[in-house]
Amino acid sequence: MAATAATLPSPGAAPDDVLVGIRDLKVHFPITSGVVIQRRIGAVRAVDGLSFDVMRGETLGLVGESGCGKSTTGRAILQLEKLTAGHVHYEGVDLARLSGGALRRQRRRMQMIFQDPYASLNSRMTLGHIVGEPLLVHKLRARDERVDRVKELLNLVGINPNTVNRYPHEFSGGQRQRIGIARALAVEPNFIVCDEPISALDVSIRAQIINLLQELQRRFDLTYLFIAHDLSVVRHISDRVAVMYLGRVVELAANAELYGEPLHPYTQALLSAVPIPDPVVEERRRPVVLTGDVPSPASPPPGCHFHTRCPAMQQGLCDVDDPVLTEIRPGHFAACHLVTATDYPKIRSAEDTAASTVAAPRPDDSAAERGTS
Amino acid sequence: MNPPSDILLNVTDLAVTFDSQEGAVHAVDGVSFAISPGETVGLVGESGCGKSISALAILGLVRMMSNSIITGSVEFMGRDLLALPESEVRSVRGRDMAMIFQDPVTSLNPVLSIERQMTEGIENHLGVSHADAVKRSVELLEMVGIPKAAERLRDYPHQFSGGMRQRVMIAIALSCNPKLLLADEPTTALDVTIQAQILHLMRQLSRDYQAAIMLITHDLGVVAGMTERILVMYAGRIVEAATAKEIFASPHHPYTVGLLRSVPRLDRPRLATLQSIEGLPPDLAHLPRGCAFAPRCVLRTERCRAERPELTPTTAGRLSACFESDKLVKTAVA
Repeated sequence: MAATAATLPSPGAAPDDVLVGIRDLKVHFPITSGVVIQRRIGAVRAVDGLSFDVMRGETLGLVGESGCGKSTTGRAILQLEKLTAGHVHYEGVDLARLSGGALRRQRRRMQMIFQDPYASLNSRMTLGHIVGEPLLVHKLRARDERVDRVKELLNLVGINPNTVNRYPHEFSGGQRQRIGIARALAVEPNFIVCDEPISALDVSIRAQIINLLQELQRRFDLTYLFIAHDLSVVRHISDRVAVMYLGRVVELAANAELYGEPLHPYTQALLSAVPIPDPVVEERRRPVVLTGDVPSPASPPPGCHFHTRCPAMQQGLCDVDDPVLTEIRPGHFAACHLVTATDYPKIRSAEDTAASTVAAPRPDDSAAERGTS
Repeated sequence: MNPPSDILLNVTDLAVTFDSQEGAVHAVDGVSFAISPGETVGLVGESGCGKSISALAILGLVRMMSNSIITGSVEFMGRDLLALPESEVRSVRGRDMAMIFQDPVTSLNPVLSIERQMTEGIENHLGVSHADAVKRSVELLEMVGIPKAAERLRDYPHQFSGGMRQRVMIAIALSCNPKLLLADEPTTALDVTIQAQILHLMRQLSRDYQAAIMLITHDLGVVAGMTERILVMYAGRIVEAATAKEIFASPHHPYTVGLLRSVPRLDRPRLATLQSIEGLPPDLAHLPRGCAFAPRCVLRTERCRAERPELTPTTAGRLSACFESDKLVKTAVA
């Protein structure tokens, strides 16, 4: 399965367009029992075999529900989590082989923006120290230049540079997120993992931060891995989107393709569940209501992880064999047994299902009815 | 607006002020609205705008906070709850008026079984035997879609997933056939696919039970599909009130316009940049003298800084607390 997934570059992409290559990434957390002698009795398979590439200069959106492993993926790419298996290549260098100083030097190129602007800033440090610390760690500026650089960074993210001696509690959530962004930019990275950077913020502040991230990307040629559960925001900001379910990527495609014609049943259900802020549209929509909960990653179901909730599930196939993430169309990958180059299961709402037979995948009514969505 | 007999809840000039080290914090500042039986109303606003405190005040839960001052009236089924003694409010709360909280993890007691938590209210309010209360609880759990309800009743909250816990909360809220259900961000802590399940369930139940619902949320998408009427709150005040269709088709307050424009939509073409509302929500302890939204507003004039606009009918016959709302009526909203 690794062979198919390992050759994943976008169509027409030269190998050096790949900034970060992720191959067969697995992060399992042990479940132990016993007080003194801890026996390993199982593992939470947070990330269970991921392969994809992040292209230079793009924003790759990584979406999924809570517990699907998207944050762990982000942390594992930055080597903040120990990999159980697999490789992360940054500009062709395998990060797992680096340690100490060599890894630290690589880390300068990759930074992270965290979800919670309250927990991610040390409340006992001033802004000057928070934003200046990366400069110190990486020995990037002489002492007397450091304050100027911090002020420059704060100015860049829209924070008054004269606040360098203030503490985080004097700032609101949105402002703190800007400070977190300034800290990430301090070391002039190429690649930033944005882990739910706006979900802790107020609605009226979210757009400000999204616009700031986009502006900074243009200005500094940044590459983003944008992790979020909000599908509308991911559509707005991403060039390509990967959808995760229970530790695996189930679909990966360019933005317009993924949102225009989602192939995987899970992606279809996920998109249909997003409420649209318009009562007229909502009246006409019939969301697919998936039954049941996401299974525990400690004991994922056999076969396709999604088969327990999938309306198109085929017994004897989906609950037995693992589907492999395969390139269905150029640049459009899906991990589903029922998705082929010419056909894919079309998931409809319960009301519609009652009227027609949708449970079994149909071989020949391909793209015809899809035009209406 | 409505004939008196048609009003279930009538909130008049409700104000909640908290004492703090920084001075008086006006969490809710003169809120008036009415809800008819069976109606679904959305209360929309950002964190700190006073929407949750309004709900807690209506339930009589704010007056237990020692540093609070409440004024105004909350008339529910003809009685002013703010004037009633606690013992009588207790006979209403949980029975005719019930609440679903945002966080199903912290709002259920972790050391009591679901059975205990469900039957307590039923026995107290409806005066039935424990055996009957258990029977009713099983029915309720089945109704909200919990499989093997009779067995699950003996389980504890940690044995349920987030979505299932929220179903239990809804079952508890519905246990005494409430006339009014206050739902404070009922799906915010849940994943989208689970949110869709819970909203679907609430829609069904409000239809079957004829209960009025006040849905409190920051998510415009959630209210769009769920409610008939929407109240938009900003800094402790209602700044716009209209039917859901009216609000989304042509918002009459610049804050509502800003909110609608700042959210990317799945059903619209992608935009290069989002239109954001500049600035920050105000500090409730230091509100500006005029309109609280004026510092962030694109339409502000001198008058907005000096004078506070009241919620009044616009020339188009809609309710908006803005001096300049006529300008919005003319410019079509994207």
